[in-house]
Formats: sequence, C-alpha cells, structure tokens
Amino acid sequence: MTVEPILDIKQLTVRFPDKVVLDRLDFQLYPGEMISLIGANGAGKTTLIRAVLHQVKPVHGTIETHPLHETRQLKIGYVPQFRNIDHDFPLSIASFVGLNRLGHHWPFYTKQEHQNLKHALACTYLTDLAQTRLGSASGGEKQRAYLAQALVDDPDLLILDESTASLDVQAKNELMALVQELNHNEQLTVVFITHDLELAARYTTKYYLLEDGKLSSGASADLNQSLIREKVRGAI
Amino acid sequence: MFALVFMRNAYLASTFIALTCGVIGVFVVARNLSFLSHTLSEIGFAGAAFGVFSGLSALNGMLIFTSLSSLIVGALGVEKSRREATISAVSSLFIGLGILFLSLSSKNASYATNILFGSIVGISFDEVKQLIILSALVMLFVLMMWRSLVFDSFDSVGAASQNIHRDLISIIFLILLAFAVSIGAQIVGSLLVFILLTLPAASAQYLGRTVPQLLMIAIGISLIGVWLGLYLGYVTNWPVTFFIASIEVLIYLLAILYSRLVQRS
Ligand SMILES: Nc1ncnc2c1ncn2[C@@H]1O[C@H](COP(=O)(O)OP(=O)(O)O)[C@@H](O)[C@H]1O
Ligand SMILES: [Mg+2]
Repeated sequence: MTVEPILDIKQLTVRFPDKVVLDRLDFQLYPGEMISLIGANGAGKTTLIRAVLHQVKPVHGTIETHPLHETRQLKIGYVPQFRNIDHDFPLSIASFVGLNRLGHHWPFYTKQEHQNLKHALACTYLTDLAQTRLGSASGGEKQRAYLAQALVDDPDLLILDESTASLDVQAKNELMALVQELNHNEQLTVVFITHDLELAARYTTKYYLLEDGKLSSGASADLNQSLIREKVRGAI
Repeated sequence: MFALVFMRNAYLASTFIALTCGVIGVFVVARNLSFLSHTLSEIGFAGAAFGVFSGLSALNGMLIFTSLSSLIVGALGVEKSRREATISAVSSLFIGLGILFLSLSSKNASYATNILFGSIVGISFDEVKQLIILSALVMLFVLMMWRSLVFDSFDSVGAASQNIHRDLISIIFLILLAFAVSIGAQIVGSLLVFILLTLPAASAQYLGRTVPQLLMIAIGISLIGVWLGLYLGYVTNWPVTFFIASIEVLIYLLAILYSRLVQRS
C-alpha cells in the first residue's frame, strides 16, 4: 500500500522582483516524518514555507495538501523565524499560548479549548511557568512558548523556522528532544528549518537541501560530509 | 451633587467614556498606536470646530474628521503614517484648520475652550444618549472580532502566520479608535483625550498578565480618573480635565514604581 503525502509540491516557482527564489521545485512530505530543511541564508527556506501558507503567490506550480482526518483540512502549525516579544511584553505564557485559537469569535474559551491549552503547556514543559510573564522568560522558554502556541491549535504538521538559532547548546537540545517526543508520541509530522547540521543529523532522519531554487535530499546521517557543510555555510 | 442634572449627565457620559477608552486603550498600547491617538485628538479638534461652524454638532464633526483620517491611515499603512515628519505636518494642518473654522463660526471663544479642554456643564441628555449608543457600537465591534483582534494586537507575528484578515482588522480598529477619540473628547476635551486612551492601559501593562486583567485594570483606572476628577472639579471649581490628567499620571507613576518594587523583591 502506498502512503499519500500530506504535502505535495510540484514545479513550484516563486519569483521576487529581483530574482527567482524557488525554481520548479518538487517536494513531498509524508505523515509522521521528521525532516530538516537546510540551506544557506537567503536560499529561500522561509519563502518555501510562506508559499505553503499562501502568504506568497507562486508564479508557477501547485501546492496540494491532503487531510489526515476526514473531518477537516490539514492543519499546519508554523513557528515563525522572527518574533518581536520585548522585555516589557505584559502577557503570561499561558495567555500568550492561548492567543492562537480562532475557531470561534466569542471571547470565552470552550472546555475543549481549555484542555488543548493545558495539553500544549504540558507537552512543552511550561505548566509550572504558565503564569510567568513571557517578557521575562529565558530564550529557551520563549521558544517553547512559541512552539506551544503553534501546538494549541492541534496541528497535523509542525514547521519550525530556525527556532533553535538564538539558543545555547543545552536549550537547543532540550527543544529538539521535545519536538522529537511530539513526533513520536503524537505522530506529528515535523519540518525543522535550520543551519545547524549537528542538530539536523541528531534529530531528523532525512534532510532536504535548498540550493539555487531546487531541493536535493539525503539521509541526515550523511550531513557530516564536508561538501554539504560547505553549501550550507557558504553564503552565511 | 447628583441633584444637578448636568452632573448626572456628566457622570453617565464619563462612565461610558471610561469604559470605551479603557477597552480601546488596551489595544492602542498593544498595537503601539499611542502616536496615532494623539494625532487623532488634534484632528478631532478641527472636526469639532468644523461641526460647530457648519451647524452639525461638535461630536458629529469630530466623528467625520477622525473616521476619515483613520481610513486614510489605514489605506496608507500604519507604518508609513508613523513617520514623524508626516505626523507633525498633518497635525499642524488640522490644528490650523480647527482655528480657522472656529474663527469663521459665530461662536465665542469659550466654545473653543470647551472643545479643546472639555466641559461638563454643556452635555445634554440627548448627547449622553448618543455617547452611549456610540460606546455600545464600539464594544459590539470589539466583541465581534475579539479573538482575531487580541491575537493580532498582542502577537502580530504569530497572527500573520495564521489566516487572519489582518488588514481588515487594522482598518476596523482604526475606525473604532476614531470613535473612541470622539467619544472621549466630550468630557476631557480633544487636547487631552489621548490621556484616557493611553495612560490607563499603559499602567495596566505593569499590573496585569492576561487580556481580561488588562481590560479590567484599564477600565478601573479610567473610571477612577473620570469619577474622582468630576467630583474634585465640582468641589473646587477647577477644571475637571486638570484633575483627570493628574490622577491618570499619578496612577501611571505608581504602577511603574510598583512593578519596579515587585521585580526587585
Ligand atoms: N517579500 C520579499 N520581497 C522581495 N524579496 C524577498 C522577500 N522575501 C524574501 N526575499 C528574498 O528572497 C530570498 C530568500 O529569502 P528567505 O526565504 O527568507 O531565505 P531563508 O529563509 O532561506 O534564509 C532572499 O534573497 C530574500 O532577500
Ligand atoms: Mg528564513
């Protein structure tokens, strides 16, 4: 039996005024996978995700998503690359995580929504910090809160855009271990965008390298090859 | 004090003003729009003067001017409007227009003072009714777009990664802000209405941790300001606006002090 991909991209071309960022790119993602998307700065990784989220319009090609559940469309949780949370941000971690619930317009949360919030906080080990101000949380705690906010909507696919970039080694590994748990325990499909080849090799099985608008892929174990290192570091 | 009809009207009106400005203020501060509420106040002055000059009421003139300006800001994009040179140019133009309209209309100078600095004696029950209806309208819109508005205001980056109509929310909010400015100016005057729109919410940021808490605290601080201000104005015969401004500033300073102390301990 063949498994259907949850994300199927064919011949995707995205062009900005000054250049072609994605050039007839193909990409399939299967349910339950945890892959890394690597590539030099400016290679177009974020642009690829933004195209999937309908935030940039492709000039050519198709992006299909296939639902995992019959009752609803494929839900994508995206943790953006840059966040503007300063030191004086007033909301608690729980309030911040709870922002991402748009199923209703009514201010008060349903029982199910309360449960989802609790679950998202527990998964990210934030239950004890729930009432702490996000503004005064550490870098690692902030990233976990961003992750929890994406999880609270109960996504089928989680996309982390350089979430580990600003963290120290220990916080990086904590975050990745946590994402790996989600991948194992909740069958969450994960796309991990990164520059960090060590992390990619340790926590993902397969890598996709974005270069000159196209993707090539391989086993993450091969990421120790110096050639790939050169390519990722090249333009940094 | 409540035996006097104008005091009853003033208390009723200012209660709804405090509610509206408290709620809208929380989003003004979260969306970083303090500069705009300031500019809209000045535009509101011109609108009120125009309203008087043209025979519409001051409130209606304000509503028209501020709403139109909000639409223009929405079309230009808030970021562009933030540029300081543009803002001072627009403000100067509108204050100039306001002065022109006032001098063209046959009203005397005390009318200008009322518009600029507010007045509690002038409010009729019909005007109070209009204020209440406008406040209710603002609240209704806030309630209808609650979750999207809260998400977009407190985490614009996160909201951008969801399918939210952010431009629509931004424009509707700007118009609600225009309404709040016009409503608030009826008691405190257009010169100081931005105080009610920014200080209580800014103080609340130091004290609350959830959106409902921020709202409750901001509304509470606005209410204390207008209620106490009206009372002190009544007793001393000094301008109400002076008391409201002083009370709000004092609470703001206390809130900062409190958060410093809490952080240290
Ligand atoms: N909205 C945009 N308009 C014009 N150029 C853009 C836009 N977004 C991204 N780019 C350009 O597209 C290229 C890819 O950007 P991006 O996808 O952010 O790269 P990455 O995430 O791999 O670092 C970069 O050269 C960037 O300058
Ligand atoms: Mg990027």
